[in-house]
Amino acid sequence: MVPYMLLLPQLAIVTIFFLWPAAEAIQSSFYLEDPFGFGSTFVGLDNFTDMLTSTDYGRVARFTAVFTFFVTFLSLGFALLLAVKADKVLRGASTYKTLLMWVYAVAPPVAGLIGVLLFDQHVGPMVDLFAMFGWKMQIGVNYFDTSFAMIVTAVWKQIPVNFIFFLSGLQGISKSVQEAASIDCRSGFRRFWTVTFPLLAPTGFFLLIINITYAFFDTFGIVDVIVKNEPGNNPVTLVYKVYLDGFRGNDLGGSSAQSVILMALVFILTIIQFRLIERRVHYT
Amino acid sequence: MATITLDTVRKVYAGDVEAVKGVSIDIADSEFIVLVGPSGCGKSTLLRMIAGLEDITTGEIKIGDRLVNKVDPADRDIAMVFQNYALYPHMSVYNNLAYGLKNRGMAKEEIDRRVKEAARILEIGDYLDRKPRALSGGQRQRVAMGRAIVREPAAFLFDEPLSNLDAKLRVQMRVEIKRLQQSLGTTSVYVTHDQLEAMTLADRLVVLNGGNIEQIGAPIEVYDKPASTFVASFIGSPAMNLLNVKADGDGLSLENGAGLSGSNAKGKDSYIVGIRPEHLQVVDGPSSGDGVNLEVSVDVLEPVGAESFVYASFPDGGPEIVVRVSSHARHEPGEKMHLHADAKDVHFFDSSTGRRID
Ligand SMILES: Nc1ncnc2c1ncn2[C@@H]1O[C@H](COP(=O)(O)OP(=O)(O)OP(=O)(O)O)[C@@H](O)[C@H]1O
Ligand SMILES: [Mg+2]
Repeated sequence: MVPYMLLLPQLAIVTIFFLWPAAEAIQSSFYLEDPFGFGSTFVGLDNFTDMLTSTDYGRVARFTAVFTFFVTFLSLGFALLLAVKADKVLRGASTYKTLLMWVYAVAPPVAGLIGVLLFDQHVGPMVDLFAMFGWKMQIGVNYFDTSFAMIVTAVWKQIPVNFIFFLSGLQGISKSVQEAASIDCRSGFRRFWTVTFPLLAPTGFFLLIINITYAFFDTFGIVDVIVKNEPGNNPVTLVYKVYLDGFRGNDLGGSSAQSVILMALVFILTIIQFRLIERRVHYT
Repeated sequence: MATITLDTVRKVYAGDVEAVKGVSIDIADSEFIVLVGPSGCGKSTLLRMIAGLEDITTGEIKIGDRLVNKVDPADRDIAMVFQNYALYPHMSVYNNLAYGLKNRGMAKEEIDRRVKEAARILEIGDYLDRKPRALSGGQRQRVAMGRAIVREPAAFLFDEPLSNLDAKLRVQMRVEIKRLQQSLGTTSVYVTHDQLEAMTLADRLVVLNGGNIEQIGAPIEVYDKPASTFVASFIGSPAMNLLNVKADGDGLSLENGAGLSGSNAKGKDSYIVGIRPEHLQVVDGPSSGDGVNLEVSVDVLEPVGAESFVYASFPDGGPEIVVRVSSHARHEPGEKMHLHADAKDVHFFDSSTGRRID
């Protein structure tokens, strides 16, 4: 009995904050909710077919895919580049490492905020900078400019996290293995791709999943700040659309159907991630 | 195959740590050189400078006729075996061996031939498809050796390659390394802090102490004529007995009084006298023969099989004395013992510098 009692708080939290809303969402995805809250009608899979055939959903899904691709690819790429440079300097110098951990603790929220400020239509230095090159950014008005600002801010915010993971991955690679490689292979570039990168692959796979999840779900705030509650023709992600349709459009049924699809996606990503974490022990 | 020449090589690490203080060695072609010394004496640093893994602060290193100070490790034509083997964890054994050859653009058939040949010599043919993590320590060690020999380099560099193996395997691999080096005739520099490994492997020993060379010579030469008290106590196990003695007219006396007699004054006031445990003979009564005569009492008898060692002390304190006796000898703790060493077996060292006096 006691073990169950001890589990109870955790189970209660999971039930109240996850299982119950999830069940609610699944249920309401089969209903058409009256916008004024007067009851609901069972409509079967209509919400899903409506959603999947709507051009708007297709547009948002495409943007989300492009957004996720660029955010993941760029934030991993830049972080890896920085980590490789930092690793060269850091080998053995542990004081720097501790300092760098601060980046991890401080950067994500601050960086996110700074990113948003950088692209502020009125005072943002990035906007001014691009204006000097003749690119008059119109954030919140021009689709491309807005997407660009969103991607840059999302990448900016995620780099420190990836950087720390990559750096610790790099520092985990045995020094003598790298030295052996430097005797076996003259080209540093080739050495990186044949020895360092494969040894970093487990970290890389893990981060890939983390970053896809991030781009999908954790960028809500960035999207929200940039589109400033005026979705109009602006690019938004699928998660943001769930919110828009459900709370702004009052289409709870359609919004629930979308969130069920996203839930399935998280589920798949989680399974992949667990698989990869199991494989992470691989090289040790 | 090549000579290796070190000319007053120094290494100063960041923070003014002078790890190697002007070392010069001429290594002949096909020679097996062992760098030996206590932890922190700069052995690895010296080896890593030859490999190119560490910059040379001042001095010159030549491999063959080529000055390699500024040459990339991959271009020095050397192969190194690391203490923890440093195998590529993500590559099969075959690829671990082939990697360096592929990077040099060698033809596939030639790579295959060399890898198979090395695998045959080292008896690792059955594991070529395995990853290193699926191998035992001894097998990994062989793969690391294999990776070195497929390159057919001008020189092998070993940094304590056997210290992660158990005692039995270590002896076995030691013999194997020696045999391999003799059959390949590749110039080798081998770092160890194990004096037995050093003695058995080396054509010539280089004894290092605090970044300086204490002595260079054939193992038996170093053993028979240690150049300093440091070498005397480092090479040989158990270590040479070292006693502080005062010149007493024509004779000698232990610093703390009686217990030692002998002549052989070399014109100084005080010495350190060294006697190997096997050169002390147990004699029946007080001896006055030429050489050194001691009277001690037995503390501990330590049989090691083929022989035994007696640890003894002087009645009034002073240094511990180790004596080698036959394995059948019986000595009880507390027993009085008279010891004699012939004059030719007694080493004299300067009491202030520790250098040998001949
Ligand atoms: N990267 C480094 N930076 C600063 N000092 C170093 C560095 N590497 C080694 N040292 C110092 O140089 C000296 C010699 O080190 P080295 O590794 O050559 O010793 P060693 O003889 O190989 O010892 P061991 O038997 O313990 O391996 C030591 O005092 C060590 O602390
Ligand atoms: Mg060392």
